[in-house]
Amino acid sequence: MDLNLDAPHSMGTTIIGVTYNGGVVLGADSRTSTGMYVANRASDKITQLTDNVYVCRSGSAADSQVVSDYVRYFLHQHTIQLGQPATVKVSANLIRMLAYNNKNMLQTGLIVGGWDKYEGGKIYGIPLGGTVVEQPFAIGGSGSSYLYGFFDQAWKENMTKEEAEQLVVKAVSLAIARDGASGGVVRTVIINEEGVTRNFYPGDQLQLWHEELEPQNSLLDILNAAGPEPMAM
Amino acid sequence: MTFTIPIENGSELKNAEADSQRTLYPYVTGTSVVAIKYKDGILMASDMGGSYGSTLRYKNIERMKAIGKHSLLGASGEISDFQEILRYLDELVLNDNMWDDGNSLGPKEVHNYLTRVMYNRRNKFNPLWNTLVLGGVKNGEKYLGMVSMIGVSFEDNHVATGFGNHLARPILRDEWREDLTFEEGVKLLEKCMRVLLYRDRSAINKLQIAKMTEEGVTVSEPYSLRTFWGFSAFTNPTAGAEGSW
Repeated sequence: MDLNLDAPHSMGTTIIGVTYNGGVVLGADSRTSTGMYVANRASDKITQLTDNVYVCRSGSAADSQVVSDYVRYFLHQHTIQLGQPATVKVSANLIRMLAYNNKNMLQTGLIVGGWDKYEGGKIYGIPLGGTVVEQPFAIGGSGSSYLYGFFDQAWKENMTKEEAEQLVVKAVSLAIARDGASGGVVRTVIINEEGVTRNFYPGDQLQLWHEELEPQNSLLDILNAAGPEPMAM
Repeated sequence: MTFTIPIENGSELKNAEADSQRTLYPYVTGTSVVAIKYKDGILMASDMGGSYGSTLRYKNIERMKAIGKHSLLGASGEISDFQEILRYLDELVLNDNMWDDGNSLGPKEVHNYLTRVMYNRRNKFNPLWNTLVLGGVKNGEKYLGMVSMIGVSFEDNHVATGFGNHLARPILRDEWREDLTFEEGVKLLEKCMRVLLYRDRSAINKLQIAKMTEEGVTVSEPYSLRTFWGFSAFTNPTAGAEGSW
């Protein structure tokens, strides 16, 4: 079995950003892999840029980290100069500048989401190449392939905060079920006028899908529960 | 004004890209743009799709944008490069307005500017991966031209990009006339767009049509076309066949 431990760290990943009536919900899985080995099973792919803007990272772990770090630095200066919180649009554009001008070297797809007083909750998708697309919801990462049909059917405008978060958790969970490069826990970040809420849904507390079984402590529990002589013929 | 992250030369694999900044391949792409001159000006059509390889990833991308008061730019190819071109043109129009001399950039001038930009990038082996269609009306004169990613530039009565060249232009060569009315022009463009929808894998059924006249430039709301599947041959194509076909 070729583990290839020298392969670059890549966050196969499933990342999602969804707007709702009053803000945004960002969601992601937590698996970082080096070739076939899971280097980190509990990574945090939803990174803070400012108090009110977060970014979901996918693709190369290093590239996405360094881009976020630069943008956080620029936004910090920008906030001081502006005298008020940066807008989501400005954050997205700064990421775009780095992504577009270094398109031959970077391999990272990002979803920027946040809340500002001018536009409310907004989501911007920034795929490979540096295109910026403002969307009511965005999906990205290798796991997103399995979610296009799901969102086409399940997405609706003006959801409540609870509906939006449940949709995101369900979607990441479905992607994890089918994408080998996604796994671990589901993390969500909800951003609105009131502030930011981080949530954590461990893998064993997610809904079961097709052909998945209820987790047990041990075979012994099953055998004992079944009756006095379950293995006798 | 480019923010480039300084890196050392990495592995062998990355060397080719690292020593010169060049676009090697597009990522998010738009498909055909089709445009025609008609009696009162120019009509241009494009769908709203942004493909990511074979995935029809984005379905709300506006690939036609007004430039100044007199022109409209439609683009196929890499969307990030199109967005960059729009930024260049914003600066061009801004500087033009700042002169405040009553003059404004017409389609001929914008087309020339774009031709220079595209050709110079091609010479540096770092093309903007787009084929552009530029149309407009100024002082009664209709203008319709095209620039490709290698800097090939020309004007014509009808132009198209990508698949449009193979599927739409033959229809236009047959059916285009100098004195088409607005209604006839729209029907002709819709005929072309429908064929593209049937036969171009990266086309989606959501399009916009833009109109340029002396009065100004307008882009329609997005809408979809009806498609026809009622050929009797479609219902049972292999009836009476020896094997599978």
